[in-house]
Amino acid sequence: MSARILEKEQLSDNVFKLVLDTPKIAKKRKAGQFVVLRIHEEGERVPLTIADADAEKGTLTIIFQVVGKSTTHLSEMNVGDELLDLVGPLGKATHVDKLGTVACIGGGVGVAPVYPITEAMKHAGNHIISIIGARDKNLIIMEDEMKAVSDEIIVTTDDGSYGFHGFVSQALEEKYLLPGKKIDLVVAIGPVPMMRAVCDVTKKYNIPTVVSLNSIMVDATGMCGACRVSVGGKTKFVCVDGPEFDGHQVDFRELIDRQRIYLTEEKECMNHFCTCKQHGKGAL
Amino acid sequence: MEMKERLKIPRQPMPEQEAKVRARNFEEVPLGYTPETAKLEALRCIQCKTPACVEGCPVEIDIPGFIALVAEGDFIGAAKKIKETNALPAVCGRVCPQESQCEILCVRGKKAEPVAVGRLERFVADYERAQGAVSIPKIAASTGKKIAIVGSGPAGLAVAGDLIKLGHDVTIFEALHKTGGVLVYGIPEFRLPKSIVEAEVDYLKKMGVKVATSHVIGKIATVDELFEEGFDAIFLGTGAGAPSFMNIPGENLNGVYSANEYLTRSNLMKAYRFPEYDTPIVRGKNVAVVGGGNVAMDAARTAMRLGADNVYLVYRRSRQEMPARIEEVHHAEEEGIQLNLLTTPIKYIGDEKGWVKAMECLRMELGEPDASGRRRPVPVEGSEFIWDVDTVVVAIGSGANPLVQETTPGLATNKWNNIVADEETGQTSREGVFAGGDIVTGAATVILAMGAGRKAAKAMHEYVMSK
Repeated sequence: MSARILEKEQLSDNVFKLVLDTPKIAKKRKAGQFVVLRIHEEGERVPLTIADADAEKGTLTIIFQVVGKSTTHLSEMNVGDELLDLVGPLGKATHVDKLGTVACIGGGVGVAPVYPITEAMKHAGNHIISIIGARDKNLIIMEDEMKAVSDEIIVTTDDGSYGFHGFVSQALEEKYLLPGKKIDLVVAIGPVPMMRAVCDVTKKYNIPTVVSLNSIMVDATGMCGACRVSVGGKTKFVCVDGPEFDGHQVDFRELIDRQRIYLTEEKECMNHFCTCKQHGKGAL
Repeated sequence: MEMKERLKIPRQPMPEQEAKVRARNFEEVPLGYTPETAKLEALRCIQCKTPACVEGCPVEIDIPGFIALVAEGDFIGAAKKIKETNALPAVCGRVCPQESQCEILCVRGKKAEPVAVGRLERFVADYERAQGAVSIPKIAASTGKKIAIVGSGPAGLAVAGDLIKLGHDVTIFEALHKTGGVLVYGIPEFRLPKSIVEAEVDYLKKMGVKVATSHVIGKIATVDELFEEGFDAIFLGTGAGAPSFMNIPGENLNGVYSANEYLTRSNLMKAYRFPEYDTPIVRGKNVAVVGGGNVAMDAARTAMRLGADNVYLVYRRSRQEMPARIEEVHHAEEEGIQLNLLTTPIKYIGDEKGWVKAMECLRMELGEPDASGRRRPVPVEGSEFIWDVDTVVVAIGSGANPLVQETTPGLATNKWNNIVADEETGQTSREGVFAGGDIVTGAATVILAMGAGRKAAKAMHEYVMSK
């Protein structure tokens, strides 16, 4: 199905928010799920996590970072434009339960998918500690939204330009785990090195940790296996078995390698896109 | 023409692209009959009173009937005759294993060669389309009954074609953004041009079939929710979409693909036209394809067309046991695919960046027959050897996609998670829910799925009309 863009907002240098008109998906989606979109006939299928939805208004919010050709193209679309295809909700929903204290950790644009999970965990009656971080102050997104669904919140920046100076994993350990704070579950979403760092910390303290993986996908319905990842020594498909897994069981090394399969092609595609734009033809 | 002379006509060959040329392009391999060769070939049919060939056709095409019309030069009439029972003749004329269905039963084949039924079917369908003469058959008055079809592959399209003609309101739900299922994601352009699939789907749309793409049933709506929305009967034709792996070390290395991913990238996403199309694919120089079926052949021939220097087909049994059509194996070998029979990979070896650089294999020998009746391959002890490859495509089969089964309470499945359905009616354990094609039988052929679809359509018609 196609979907029209109702709102557009630039959240930081390279992070954008789009609100889409898609009543069916808005009604069905649950925390932790994602959609796949296609912008134009020659386009790829782009998986993006759902940042928020309003079932009554029939809208879905996606937040994405510009990293390559498709996300650049998407960031150049405007209110009123239509996405060619939007399919979802995909993936398994987050297992939401009242556990006690839940730490919801988001790194960079990973705060976007953490938000609906945080909201659902809060709604289930948990005490929420949120830790959101980015390289610098300008890249911090959704601070107010996260605050609204958290009991405690720490903002971190790698360069110390705002909040806690350091990584989210360091904040978690220094502020909570070292002092002996009891945390029943950690949910961590962000760049793979960040999720790995959080898992390394929580493993030491034996705290169950859920991560949400963003591997390369094609169909995203369990058909191709592009997204496969090793979890506890077994191959899993992120699209249908995930996207959430026990972070202590995930083979992050393999995931990092697999995310780099098409680095060369991604650059080539981006160059092709820029050249076409200069000549005012093609891809757009 | 006298019968005696007709019997003297040899089976007409179908011209095709030269092997060396076609191995580097994605254009269709066979070029099709001309009207003259089609007429000559049709004259070879002796119009048996009780035609054996029809018995072999899963969708019961009136084979002598359409061939008689071809012999008379009434090609449009012939196309209409086929379409009475088969909504996708241009597809079936290309991908059906005629040599083991209709043609194997042809009386002419006993003393000479069988009539080329498949080539004739393909010819008339192409002729009709090229003439722009595709006409819409008569549709019965509306019954007011709503039918949902889950999956737009061969089974679902066959159901749609039959039920729309009977006056039902038919909607197909397709998970992907394009219609056709395996016909668009699996079978390559050089074997089945996507414009042909599109034209055959358009024909169904013109008859009134509605298609909702990008709808994953089990996610956006469950089977029960479809009933709540007012559908009277549901057909599940979700196919064999879950790729199998061998679970050997190194299978998740970069450069190791499932055949489903490799073919989906190339066919559905058109990665062979990257960067004009955005989706990339690894263009390996030394490619190993593991498996011996039609999908393995498709993957190997695709790898060659993507510019490989060497494409090795690695199959654990011997040539005799290969499940691929003889014609496909023949085409692959002509194009330079190297068959490595009685060989199986046991491990993939990666470089420091996580890319496959070699595979370790074992030689096999054939032992006693197994459950499939084929001689079981047994490893030859101490025969391990290492082989440099930069891309591997695992084409050892596909299982059932579980999304619908997981979300449909009371739907009986077997131990492979295939849906249990009556062979004659497609009836499942749930009232009003029918199923057919690969999701019931496991991976099989386009035409068997269509045959199952036609049987289910008949039963669904009876079911909704008696409600």
